[in-house]
Amino acid sequence: MATSSSLEARLSRVKTLGEPIIAFEHVFLAFGDNVILKDISFELRTGFTKIFLGASGAGKSTVLKLILGLLKPQAGKIWVNGVRVDTLSESDMMKVRDDLGMVFQEGALFDSLSVRENVGYKLYEESDMPLDDVHRRVEEVLGWVELEEHIDKMPSQLSGGQRRRVAIARAMTFQPRILLYDEPTTGLDPITSITIDEEIVKLRDIEGVSSLMVTHQLRDAFWVAEKMAVRGPDGKVEIVPASPEKLEQTEFVMLREGLIAFEGTVRELRATDDPYLKLFLS
Amino acid sequence: MSSFLIAWSKKAVLEVQEYVKLCVALAKAATSRPFYYRDVVEQLDAIGVGSLTVVLLTGGFTGAVLALQSGMTLDQFGARSVVGRLISASMIKELGPVLTALMVTGRVGSGIAAELGSMAVTDQLNALRALGTDPVRKLALPRVIAGVVMVPILTVISDFVGIVGAWIVTVTQLRVASSVYWNSVVDALYPEDIWMGLIKPVFLGFALVSIACFVGMRTTGGTQGVGKSTTAAVVAGSVAVLVLDFIITKLLISLLY
Repeated sequence: MATSSSLEARLSRVKTLGEPIIAFEHVFLAFGDNVILKDISFELRTGFTKIFLGASGAGKSTVLKLILGLLKPQAGKIWVNGVRVDTLSESDMMKVRDDLGMVFQEGALFDSLSVRENVGYKLYEESDMPLDDVHRRVEEVLGWVELEEHIDKMPSQLSGGQRRRVAIARAMTFQPRILLYDEPTTGLDPITSITIDEEIVKLRDIEGVSSLMVTHQLRDAFWVAEKMAVRGPDGKVEIVPASPEKLEQTEFVMLREGLIAFEGTVRELRATDDPYLKLFLS
Repeated sequence: MSSFLIAWSKKAVLEVQEYVKLCVALAKAATSRPFYYRDVVEQLDAIGVGSLTVVLLTGGFTGAVLALQSGMTLDQFGARSVVGRLISASMIKELGPVLTALMVTGRVGSGIAAELGSMAVTDQLNALRALGTDPVRKLALPRVIAGVVMVPILTVISDFVGIVGAWIVTVTQLRVASSVYWNSVVDALYPEDIWMGLIKPVFLGFALVSIACFVGMRTTGGTQGVGKSTTAAVVAGSVAVLVLDFIITKLLISLLY
């Protein structure tokens, strides 16, 4: 792990592919006597994807909440986009969140708002963008997740898969450079899960979004790691098997008992001899 | 037993500390941008107009029954004609503010706790923060402003309807002349009484809504937690209204009279 000052210098150049955009350094978090994260250090590089695996209660979702500043660690340092967020006040954290999109477990759509208002929430409420431009952007992102016809529905009128896709659309409306996914496919049928996985891959490969995904759905994790999205000559986006270079851009992290039990590419994960990992993958 | 008491005391102190932190955050939010005007207007409608029916009924029937009861008591002294004095003083200084606050606590406090509690347990509050919105500014402040503005207005309406309800009973049941009743009502009113009747609901409105927001936003434990929060908001809000009423009354008596 690099020293703090050199890491900060590197994080300030995050626009370059491969430079670290998120970094954890010896992060510790406990709720009372319950230690969630003992000593977590990792980097997410710009344009890359990091997939966090682990049993329920391993602290996977906690990692996302720490990145967003919804929780603060008791020890260690966290950098997001060149800013150390573990010491930031809530008001300063709002600026960092401008470049972070989060897809919550179950979507966390606002029940009292329509799909249009949910998707455009940040632009309607927290920006000075003209309303016509906001409407256009909302329609554009809903088109991206193929839900344009549901624009005026309420979240309660949508299926589980549609809700997750609306949540993805909401997270990408303001074009953040980092997207965080908390169990995006849990509880969905395999067909619907694939449509969510496709959106994640498209955002990574077409939009160049760096992403951090938490899941215990191995099938979806491998799907995201082993596929890539390319734009064909006709302008249409196709999903194809990942190139060797693309395979290297997705890294897996296995959390176990508050520590990182494994960190590596899909090839390394599949080739592991660790009995716990083998049990988890079986 | 002592360890239980220590743990309970620590928890209580922590709750008070967190509530004070919410009040400080509300004060900061009220004096800085962004300010969500549309949400304030929505809450003025939801808390004020939405509570009108229950406040009208409560005020009207309280005034009516107060006239019946005090008529019986005053008869013992041959003073039935001064029933209006008792009604106006009781309604404006005490019953109007307290009963209105209690009814709003029941109707609005439970609703706020349930709504914010549901948002908390479904990660919608975290989603708001992730989208760059401070839930205190967006959700709590508009409700608290609406409470502070609308509870005094509802109290004035409740006072008026209570006095009218008492007038109907006084004229039809106690057989006191209408002019005697209204003269008696006006005679008993002093500016200090009116000030007390207007100042108290401002504090009661703040307390009941801020407690409901506090309880709602700290909800955990799924739908069961939402149910517990709703009950806690009404119980804590009602007790706070009664305790605060005593404290403010004592303070205003020493300041105004």
